[in-house]
Amino acid sequence: MTDLTFLPDRTALEAAGLGVRYRRGGWALRACSFRLPAGRVCALVGPNGAGKSTLLALAAGLLRPTEGRLRVLGGEAGDPGVRPRVAYLGQDRPLYPDFTVAETLRLGRELNPGHWDQAAAERLVHGGNLSLHARVGSLSGGQRTRVALALAFGKRPELLLLDEPMSDLDPLVRHETTAALMAEAAENATTVLMASHVLAELDAVCDYLLLVSDGRVRLAGEIEDLISAHRLVMGRYEDAGTPREFAAHTIVEARTTGRQLTALIRPDGPVRGHWEIAEPSLEELLLAHLRAPGAPALLTPSAEPRTPLDASPKAAA
Amino acid sequence: MVEFRIDRRSGVATYLQIVQQVKQALRLGLLAPGDKLPTAKEVVAATAINPNTVLKAYRELDREGLVEGRPGLGTFVRRSLARPGAAADSPLRAELAGWMDRARAAGLDREDVAALVASVLEDTRFDDPRGPWGGGPEAGNGRARTGNGTT
Repeated sequence: MTDLTFLPDRTALEAAGLGVRYRRGGWALRACSFRLPAGRVCALVGPNGAGKSTLLALAAGLLRPTEGRLRVLGGEAGDPGVRPRVAYLGQDRPLYPDFTVAETLRLGRELNPGHWDQAAAERLVHGGNLSLHARVGSLSGGQRTRVALALAFGKRPELLLLDEPMSDLDPLVRHETTAALMAEAAENATTVLMASHVLAELDAVCDYLLLVSDGRVRLAGEIEDLISAHRLVMGRYEDAGTPREFAAHTIVEARTTGRQLTALIRPDGPVRGHWEIAEPSLEELLLAHLRAPGAPALLTPSAEPRTPLDASPKAAA
Repeated sequence: MVEFRIDRRSGVATYLQIVQQVKQALRLGLLAPGDKLPTAKEVVAATAINPNTVLKAYRELDREGLVEGRPGLGTFVRRSLARPGAAADSPLRAELAGWMDRARAAGLDREDVAALVASVLEDTRFDDPRGPWGGGPEAGNGRARTGNGTT
């Protein structure tokens, strides 16, 4: 196998002008537009209340947008034709506590007739030394997550939506679970969208990024390309404001500590002046954007929506 | 077969760590022509990294002519990087070991020696047909870790 798992021309998710308003007023998501190509493992990152869970629930078809639209695997989110191809693991891991592990997997088989992979589901359960006869209610948080992931994997989804999948796992189980997730992605070219707070859990695992904060998309695209579009610039600077030679570039964030200036910029051409210039780490890139809510959004070309907003679903069909 | 060791805090791109570890294994003879590299699925099942990263590394090694992908079969080693002059029992190694002894006798510690060797390396021109980036484990980043911890 030497072909990359991602299929740049196929779209897993595409949002155009997507918005969700809370019942009490205020927006959970507003004017979100982005595209996630098929076969990517995408990190969904942002502070608490940024709209990550709302976006996942929309993609799973559990929630309807107030405005705009979200297309999933070429159809509308929640369509009967789309739903069997999508698996969603919510933050609260909804499982029946009185069922045994075996009964839970049987439920998965019965609810997904024709496309249930018992072997894939059991592999994940056995990997955790879980007894098939244990009641779900008696399991630890990490073991319950494993059973919930087994249900998701058994469905053999084309799109796997995970809300904080690793938050209650110990380091060993986290490693094993991530490895199992990556092996599934490698074998089936599954598109994975996973929300997480733990940056260490995303580095080296995800190749695509969606950063949301305050209900808006801030960054979207290949992690490599997003990182190489930015530079961390450091040096001595004692004047007020930002250096004049930065005017040609987009400044995401600039901070001064004593005589030292540290700035994250999106360079447009060479950076002039005596500065120490480095490529930011993923963590530095994310933190700078979270500290600077006013910085303009950046979408790489593959993350730009391809269908215009005004194309109605009927006209497109 | 080789096992890759991914250091997430090394600052070296993950795919480059794999490229460097394969090259190191080729140098040390852990991998020989005809050997099969682990599949992307096997690597990610052991290291929990993104499968595209493994495939990108294999493509890079393919591009450099070190391995080749055979559709449906896997990725195989095409040529070795082992050189007689670098083997454990070579005269060059014995000379270097002798020099190390003299350096230690002269009062140099490990870091002094490393700095001295790095500076002489820096001043030496190596003819490398593949250009400055095609070379040894030092390509890209000096902090790279190699398969069995030797540098």
